[in-house]
Amino acid sequence: MEYHIDTQVCVIGAGHAGVEAALACSRLGLKTVIFTMNVDSIAMMPCNPHIGGSSKGHLVREIDALGGEMGKNIDKTFIQSKMLNVSKGPAVHSLRTQADKAEYSKAMRQVLEKQENLTIRQAEVTEILTEEGRVTGVRIHTGTVYRCVAAIICTGTYLNARCLVGESITETGPSGMQRSTGLKDSLNGIGIPLRRFKTGTPARMDGRSLDYSKMTIQEGDKVVIPFSYSTDPADVQIEQVPCFLTYTNEETHAIIRQNIDRSPIYAGIIEGTGPRYCPSIEDKVVKFAEKTRHQVFIEPEGRGTNEVYVDGMSSSMPDDVQQRMYRTVPGLENCVIVKNAYAIEYDCINANLLKLTLETRNVDGLFCAGQFNGSSGYEEAAAQGLMAGINAAMKILGKEPLVLKRSEAYIGVLIDDLVTKDNREPYRMMTSRAEYRLLLRQDNADLRLRKYGYRVGLITQEQYDHVCAKEKMINDEIARLKSIRIGAARENQEYLRAHNSADLKTACSLAELMCRPELGYEQVAGLDPDRKPLPKEVTEQVEINIRYEGYIARQKRQVEQFDKMENRKIPANIDYNDVGSLRLEARQKLKEFRPSSIGQASRLSGVTPADIAVLLIYMEKYKVQQKTEQAGKDTDND
Amino acid sequence: MGIMALMYDHVQADTIAAIATAMSEAGIGIIRISGPDAAAVGSKLYRTPAKNRTDISEWRPGTIRFGYIVETDENGEESLIDEVMLSWMKSPHSYTTEDTVEINTHGGMFLMNRILELVLKSGARLAEPGEFTKRAFLGGRIDLARAEAVMDLISSENEFARKSSAAQLEGAVSARIRELREKILYEIAFIESALDDPENYSLDGYTDKLMSVCQDLEKEMRSLLSHAEEGRILKDGIRTAIVGRPNVGKSSLLNHLAGEERAIVTDIAGTTRDTLSETVRVGGVLLHLTDTAGIRKTHDKVEQIGVDRAQKALDSADLILFVIDSSRALSSEDEEIAARIINKMEEGKKCILLMNKTDLSSGVKEEDVKALFTSKGAECPPLLFCSLQTGEGTKELGDFISEMFHTGEIAQKNEIFISNLRHKGAVQEALDSICLVEDSINNGMSEDFFSIDLMNAYRVLGTILGEAVEDDLVEEIFSKFCMGK
Repeated sequence: MEYHIDTQVCVIGAGHAGVEAALACSRLGLKTVIFTMNVDSIAMMPCNPHIGGSSKGHLVREIDALGGEMGKNIDKTFIQSKMLNVSKGPAVHSLRTQADKAEYSKAMRQVLEKQENLTIRQAEVTEILTEEGRVTGVRIHTGTVYRCVAAIICTGTYLNARCLVGESITETGPSGMQRSTGLKDSLNGIGIPLRRFKTGTPARMDGRSLDYSKMTIQEGDKVVIPFSYSTDPADVQIEQVPCFLTYTNEETHAIIRQNIDRSPIYAGIIEGTGPRYCPSIEDKVVKFAEKTRHQVFIEPEGRGTNEVYVDGMSSSMPDDVQQRMYRTVPGLENCVIVKNAYAIEYDCINANLLKLTLETRNVDGLFCAGQFNGSSGYEEAAAQGLMAGINAAMKILGKEPLVLKRSEAYIGVLIDDLVTKDNREPYRMMTSRAEYRLLLRQDNADLRLRKYGYRVGLITQEQYDHVCAKEKMINDEIARLKSIRIGAARENQEYLRAHNSADLKTACSLAELMCRPELGYEQVAGLDPDRKPLPKEVTEQVEINIRYEGYIARQKRQVEQFDKMENRKIPANIDYNDVGSLRLEARQKLKEFRPSSIGQASRLSGVTPADIAVLLIYMEKYKVQQKTEQAGKDTDND
Repeated sequence: MGIMALMYDHVQADTIAAIATAMSEAGIGIIRISGPDAAAVGSKLYRTPAKNRTDISEWRPGTIRFGYIVETDENGEESLIDEVMLSWMKSPHSYTTEDTVEINTHGGMFLMNRILELVLKSGARLAEPGEFTKRAFLGGRIDLARAEAVMDLISSENEFARKSSAAQLEGAVSARIRELREKILYEIAFIESALDDPENYSLDGYTDKLMSVCQDLEKEMRSLLSHAEEGRILKDGIRTAIVGRPNVGKSSLLNHLAGEERAIVTDIAGTTRDTLSETVRVGGVLLHLTDTAGIRKTHDKVEQIGVDRAQKALDSADLILFVIDSSRALSSEDEEIAARIINKMEEGKKCILLMNKTDLSSGVKEEDVKALFTSKGAECPPLLFCSLQTGEGTKELGDFISEMFHTGEIAQKNEIFISNLRHKGAVQEALDSICLVEDSINNGMSEDFFSIDLMNAYRVLGTILGEAVEDDLVEEIFSKFCMGK
């Protein structure tokens, strides 16, 4: 006898995508069940122990601004924190933390357990149930059915996973966890084809076996800035744990070269496509043969464990090669391996079959997020999980979906890239993927996105009021600084000289003075007697906006151009067969993909500028026809 | 609201004009003026057969009338430019659905350009390529079948441009654009890697290197821009005046180059009473040839007009082909012509002396011909021998002109008919972006700011190769589309 349980949303997988999706749905008042193969692996970090990093730190900030959990959770459980690129412009400052992996997972599990409307269920989901193209429920391995209106697939790297250490192949998920196998046939059955990607991870070692005196110590920042806008900065000034830097050498590389035929990748055993941005040590040695050494960071996995992560030396070499090659690295001569480095292959989808809401185009109510969509990284997963959760909820609640534009958020860039572009390897966020990154800074995520979090209901009135007030203070202060004129009077010149700045030739505004490289908001304080004390988060924005005004204005102009294309919506009922002159490839792509705007269409691979022109003309023609027909009707009525 | 009101929604505020017939065709040409001021612009230039003014907007729409186009000098004196037929179409009953005046001339490229210049001086602006079609299209003037045809054309045009940029730019130039893009991309990639992985790649000392790369890029782009002008000549052609006293073979030269009998050729001196024009391709160079009536003192009124025009052709030419009959002795007319050419050479015009009729026995010494110039202290232009009767020596002429062009010998007047304005604009924008990078370096900005402008340079250069989508895409694509229609 089949047993039914009624709920509203089923989230399949409790990794970084799954937990955000489940929290978003349950927080928005929907009855939600989150399924996990093992409740002890909730929000597990099976690879590196970082949260954040270049551009990933931006994602965490954005998740937080929208009402997600990742930022808050890492603020509770980090053991080292660093703002990267501080010597560079504000757009590329990026926060990166070392997490205490076990604590991170535990803290997140507690958040889920305390969450109203949310049930955690340890089970393997084996089937997505649909009726007439709509999700009606999911079946678990016991046969029990959870009826729902939306399901969110966040299976990460678990689906049909296998791990490779040289010739040794085990059919497990990451870190020896049980893999899931049942879903593949079900997905194929409802028109969701799967593909195979691979990724890898380095060895974990017993920290006691390493000689840190041969490495360079890497400390965290003296003053830690929290990820979350809700975290009190005072709470994150903790005692931090250091990391260590060492290097591979010619001897390491020689061992790898001698054994390259035993690497599953080079031996052709691995079928999946791996990421180029995160190469294994054997890839680095083969592809960058001219480099005589590569960096290796030794990073603690947590406070409560001796385990350390050997960052920079991921591998799928056989154990004996691993043992020998790691031992060539200074400080690792007597290393004791706890877990081998391994490559992992898994099933995922081509996200081209999703809408920008992360709902599949062919199954109503089925959403997908995280590594299952062909991305990589905890932050990328969490961002998608949050957006899939929000959009599943919006759909059920009958509200407008939330799609962030490329000009609004890294999350917008991430999802647009995944859904629109032809990704042939696991997708990782990078600041260079964001065309308008000067506007999408980690320091202004709240100013950019709080309003959307508020609209969907994950941000409270109080939080929203706070950001509105902040924005007003920023704008008022900028206007005030622009209006104050500083004349070339003697006392002003003396003040400037005292601050190593050139004399004024003519009067200028305080804002203009602030643009001098040697000056800034603090430095011109003496020329600004009427200044009122403002919070640091306000003066920081004032300073950035004034100092980089020219660049910001240029990017805003580019955004205007971009928005013009994004705002040219393609009629939902367009019949591409009726659009003459489209090339066959473009026609197929457009029919299959059904882009929502000209902007999105122009980013589809296989659609050329000429096809876009043809489409634009068709749309103009269509508009004129509609007008004429409408006018014809009007005339008839006269 | 009725249909008529809707149809007017799109009407643009400004009035545009361009040559609406293909540029390479001689014979009848049409200059189209479209927009609210079309009639006013036309009225300024058009005179009735009795040389009177008329207000075109009062004509019955859909009429066509004979008359003259005049040019008014600063003293208010009018001189005739050409005989024309002028037609008047009132909105929405025209191709563009706007008020439209069309000036039909028989005058060939030179006169058409001349009239267009006058039209532009009288208050119209130069239509962007394809702008008439766009207005027609937006006006709902183009029906389904027509729109499909337009799409086909755009599609094939663009496909062509994408596959081989030869149509837009000479191959060598597009190769240089690619090279520039590669260089820029390399630098962006380097900066981005360092920002993405700051612990692995250092940007220390990088700005000096980037500065020198930017300076190289700047230099190359500036040279590209100056060569864009050469590219324009290659595409638009060299305005070439054929001069010489009557019956030396000017019309034969035109016909020979054009490959068919256009001008009336007889043995009677003064047969050509008007200027005749032809556009031909010689050795890879497009020549807009104007065959002038012989320059000589005449009392024949009709011929006098022709002689004046010949002088004007001389005035506006980039290249002068001076034809001399080698079978006969030089005359005072040859001297007169040489004197005029010397004037033009002093202005930087190029000239080639062509000794025709080498099939007949020689009647003039080479030294005497050279003396036409050297006796007046001028350098003698290059001298070529040919027989237009037998075709001997004509290939050499083509080669010679082609070489003259490729070595940059012909400096063209900067004029409004720049064909690949879009490409030039793109290189200019890329150059501006590179200069902004240099500014950023000088202002001590950090590296991430450099890539913003580097990226822009990369992107705009890509639009030349059709490798990036411009935002104002319809505008862009329409401009690749044949001018006018």
